[in-house]
Amino acid sequence: MSARDEIFASIRRSLNVGSVDAPRRDAVAARLAQAPVGIAPRRGHGDASERLATFKSEAERVQATVAEVAAAADVPAEIARFLRENNLPATLRFGDDPRLADMPWAATALEIVRGPSEGDDLNAVSAAFAAVAETGTLVLVSAPDNPTTLNFLPDNHFVVVFAADIVADAESVFSRLKAVYGAGALPRTVNFITGPSRSADIEQTLLLGAHGPRRLRVVVVAG
Amino acid sequence: MSVASTTPRFKDNVHDALNDQRLQGALPHAKNFIAKRADAAVRLPEFEALRDSARAIKDHTLAHLDLYLEAYERKVVEAGGHVHYARDSEEAVDIILGICKARDAKVVTKGKSMVSEEIGLNAALEREGINAVETDLGEYVIQLRGEAPSHIIAPAIHVTRDDIEADFRRAHRDLAPDRDLSQPEQLLSEARAILRDRFLSADVGVTGANFLVAETGTSIIVTNEGNGDLTQILPKVHIVLATLEKITPTLNDVAQILRLLGRSATGQDMSVYTTLSTGPRRAHDPDGPEEYHVVLLDNGRSATLGGPFAEMLRCIRCGACMNHCPVYHAVGGHAYGWVYPGPMGAVLTPLLIGVAEGGQLPNASTFCGRCEAVCPMRIPLPKLMRRWREREFERRLTPPMARAGLRLWAFFAKRPTLYRLAVEPAMRALGRVGRRRGRFAWLPFAGGWTRWRDFAAPQGATFQSRWRARSGAVK
Repeated sequence: MSARDEIFASIRRSLNVGSVDAPRRDAVAARLAQAPVGIAPRRGHGDASERLATFKSEAERVQATVAEVAAAADVPAEIARFLRENNLPATLRFGDDPRLADMPWAATALEIVRGPSEGDDLNAVSAAFAAVAETGTLVLVSAPDNPTTLNFLPDNHFVVVFAADIVADAESVFSRLKAVYGAGALPRTVNFITGPSRSADIEQTLLLGAHGPRRLRVVVVAG
Repeated sequence: MSVASTTPRFKDNVHDALNDQRLQGALPHAKNFIAKRADAAVRLPEFEALRDSARAIKDHTLAHLDLYLEAYERKVVEAGGHVHYARDSEEAVDIILGICKARDAKVVTKGKSMVSEEIGLNAALEREGINAVETDLGEYVIQLRGEAPSHIIAPAIHVTRDDIEADFRRAHRDLAPDRDLSQPEQLLSEARAILRDRFLSADVGVTGANFLVAETGTSIIVTNEGNGDLTQILPKVHIVLATLEKITPTLNDVAQILRLLGRSATGQDMSVYTTLSTGPRRAHDPDGPEEYHVVLLDNGRSATLGGPFAEMLRCIRCGACMNHCPVYHAVGGHAYGWVYPGPMGAVLTPLLIGVAEGGQLPNASTFCGRCEAVCPMRIPLPKLMRRWREREFERRLTPPMARAGLRLWAFFAKRPTLYRLAVEPAMRALGRVGRRRGRFAWLPFAGGWTRWRDFAAPQGATFQSRWRARSGAVK
């Protein structure tokens, strides 16, 4: 008997069930199809401006910083300003996302590099798939548009969020993912990112920038 | 066979831990978690309702585990991944070694995984000449020290900053010996730089999983450092090692439990990185692994289903029970002698290595009930520990003196009138003798107690007689 067969047999023996059991199969199929939403905390809900306000305060609670700009065209100048003010090199890497590629980068003095990280980039910018008001979380999906390595290898990670993509909670993100990728399917990697990387492994002292970015800068584009 | 334990020597371990000044200096840090969890729970009005919701989700899942496993497996394969089944630790190790050898792996990076501790993976990899690198900062530190984790989410909580500085100077010999490592930030930067090279040169990355989602065939890890992500997106092969009970039906179900996990563990509403991985990299993806394997380990879980300890399978490994345990605070995690310490370890260890070897752990509890009060999944840990004590007694594993004492006590406890007749004069007598000092430094038959602390002198009347008098007065 294979390990697989033996494990399934052991589970069914313990549960005292057979492998053909219509009511159990129906219960499982129904839950997978309906994916019921359980307790939905009120915190993230509200109209667009309330969601933006909650997102901002929750993100700042976890040491992200948030800038707001009026239009996508203002993003390059805002990132250039942040790098200058923090004495950081004027370099920036991003992927193929047309929302980023179409921004007026030439109007800044930034040196732009494209594609996935090679491990020594200082600064990168990604465009978020969505953001979660309840917890100040950014949601990024893997693809040539926004390579996953950019979320982790650079020291300073900028994430552009379009205000219309700020949803109440994780459940709302999952239903958006379902709408884009189809039921039961996901891109290879979906990152929920809540603040910059940290560790408290040295005497429970909170330190930022453990292995991932030391700084997480969110730029919200009004919409 | 799983990794070896020192649990049978539990009493000696405890004495060593209590006399270890360095350890006693480090342990108070574990209490920091208490206020953080309480604050986070209060900030979310729905927290208690979410605990009920999460318990119901897990109970439903465990009752249908075979069917959710089938659904999960189908989805992983659809996404281009591979699912491997391991009955025990040896099979899991063999599967992982097989995957590593097929890729001729020299360096394997690891995200934090308690299951990999359970199966002794690092030692097995090293025996095959494969360099296993722990990348979580705490795990990296204890790997340098040749130790096991002493806490399931804060593995190096028993180590002081000075210890880490000494370990880094010993291990990182090619760095300037006179470099300044006096600040925690400097220690972190040094580890970050060294591990960055390891991430980029690794052939295989091994992570655990907090959830395996049947709806989508997704594995989810929850971390703060980002090491788990670098472990799984940079090498060509990503191996997920997880036990059966990590299966969760849907992403919405995960969202319910996630709201409890970070808050119960560290007092965070969300940990920094919650990462969903589904299969290998897609055709046009510029990064991510080319191969994706899931090793599903049973190691006693399937036999636990439906039995007296089945509720333990709801555990999400947040560590809240040990963070709130007075016994854990006093002796730390290593004294427990195997992989899982604290109250959850006291229930799980006898299940996984047998009551003969792990049976002492359920006795290491005052039954104060704090673990159950904070367990996000509402696991009745004291009740389960008591069940182990009963089994230990039934199987005559309890020492003869303790058995005799318990039998004597049971004889009186079952006969309340006799109990009162015996206890009331004894307490009065003890109260009279001890009245002057208010406590005893020594008592016959109570050396096990008085060797370590004084025994408070009874006030005279017993609790029961005073209670009777009080209820009489109220009536």
